[in-house]
Amino acid sequence: MARAIEFQNVTKTFRGSSQNAVNHVSFTIEEGEFITILGSSGCGKTTLLKMVNRLYEPDNGKIFLFGEDISAVDVVQLRRRIGYVIQQIGLFPHMTVGSNIAMVPNLLKWEKEKTNARVDQLLTMIGLEPVEYKNRYPAQLSGGQQQRVGLARALAADPKIMLMDEPFGAIDSITRLRLQDELLALHRGMKKTFLFVTHDIEEAFKLGTKVIIMNEGNILQFDTPERIISHPADEFVTSLVNSAKAKEEFWEKFK
Amino acid sequence: MIDYITAHYDDLAKAALEHLQIVLVTLAISLVAAACLTIICSYSSKITKFTLGLFSMVYSIPSLALFALLIPLTGLGKTTAITVLVIYNQYLLLQNFLAGLDEVDQSIVEAAAGMGMTPVEVLVKIKLPLSKGAFIAGIRIAMVATVSIATIAASINAGGLGTILFDGLRTMNSAKIFWGSLLSALLAVFIDWLLGFAERIWK
Repeated sequence: MARAIEFQNVTKTFRGSSQNAVNHVSFTIEEGEFITILGSSGCGKTTLLKMVNRLYEPDNGKIFLFGEDISAVDVVQLRRRIGYVIQQIGLFPHMTVGSNIAMVPNLLKWEKEKTNARVDQLLTMIGLEPVEYKNRYPAQLSGGQQQRVGLARALAADPKIMLMDEPFGAIDSITRLRLQDELLALHRGMKKTFLFVTHDIEEAFKLGTKVIIMNEGNILQFDTPERIISHPADEFVTSLVNSAKAKEEFWEKFK
Repeated sequence: MIDYITAHYDDLAKAALEHLQIVLVTLAISLVAAACLTIICSYSSKITKFTLGLFSMVYSIPSLALFALLIPLTGLGKTTAITVLVIYNQYLLLQNFLAGLDEVDQSIVEAAAGMGMTPVEVLVKIKLPLSKGAFIAGIRIAMVATVSIATIAASINAGGLGTILFDGLRTMNSAKIFWGSLLSALLAVFIDWLLGFAERIWK
């Protein structure tokens, strides 16, 4: 298996902060894995993610994608090769659904027919009938549909790596569960590497083939969900797992 | 009043057209200048602060004084008038343009940059189309201000409706004062209405 993403001793400090947002972090992600990054707000998980597509630059250390040092790659070219989905979705409100999805192919100057075919294919994949939805504007879609379009837009140019920053954070729980299942099915069908940030422990353990648990800029544990539950690395992880179990007991009461 | 307009409608029409000409030339130059300044300002907040500060300072100088200051450089007439009007407009346009760009939802800008748009592409494809409303609003304010300040430019021989107005003041001719004021007010209202219409269409 190829090494899709590799962090070597990466540190990032924001100006005016005495603490490192990301503190001497090293890890390797194999191609095709679905990695979730779990942590509470301010733990550095989003900072970690945004260093992969260089929205943030590390102060120290190196990041490699498929063995290539990303600081040596043109930042615009780098980003066009990586899918990116954010919590607020960030669809362009003045463009149709079709134009939104076609954005990166257009930036890459694909031929028109190829782009059109790709847009139709992606809309079909996310369950939106192309003829009906292609020419709609984002405001005419529900929250769940908008997030599906956001996902399709990130997938448009067939990137090998997908970055997702709490993509389902603002979506109601029923739609959220459905989107999680769809995303899992999607991941199974393609050989893409996903890096998915969340603060929801169930989401992290449900989606991740492996989970990175972060606190105060450090990676506390990076392992499969099963291993984390059976062998929590430290007290913080133990309390995290226990909190999820406590939630489960809460629901048991109503049975 | 009516007698004056039947006898002098050609003078009034000529002055009104001249006025419109000054306003339109000012608009064209102002837009090009403001667009360039906006692009330069979008690169750094320090430049923005300096530029806005500079133009707000100049904006606070009364127009008569600014006309007088420029006469040694550009002489009497339209050139000086248009130069002053363009300078005043920069403050109004730049402030509105920058505010419009600033109001674009940060998450949309981040999504655009994150998917690999260059800063210029983000500006042209995302920020500009999304701040159209603020742009037209700025142009509206600037145009109405231009119509009124252009009246005063008659004092340095720039022509326009101000000529009739100032003539009337000098000779105590109330018909001239009335028609000069009314026509320049009507011109301002008309331009405002036209741009308001454009604002509704493009929104």
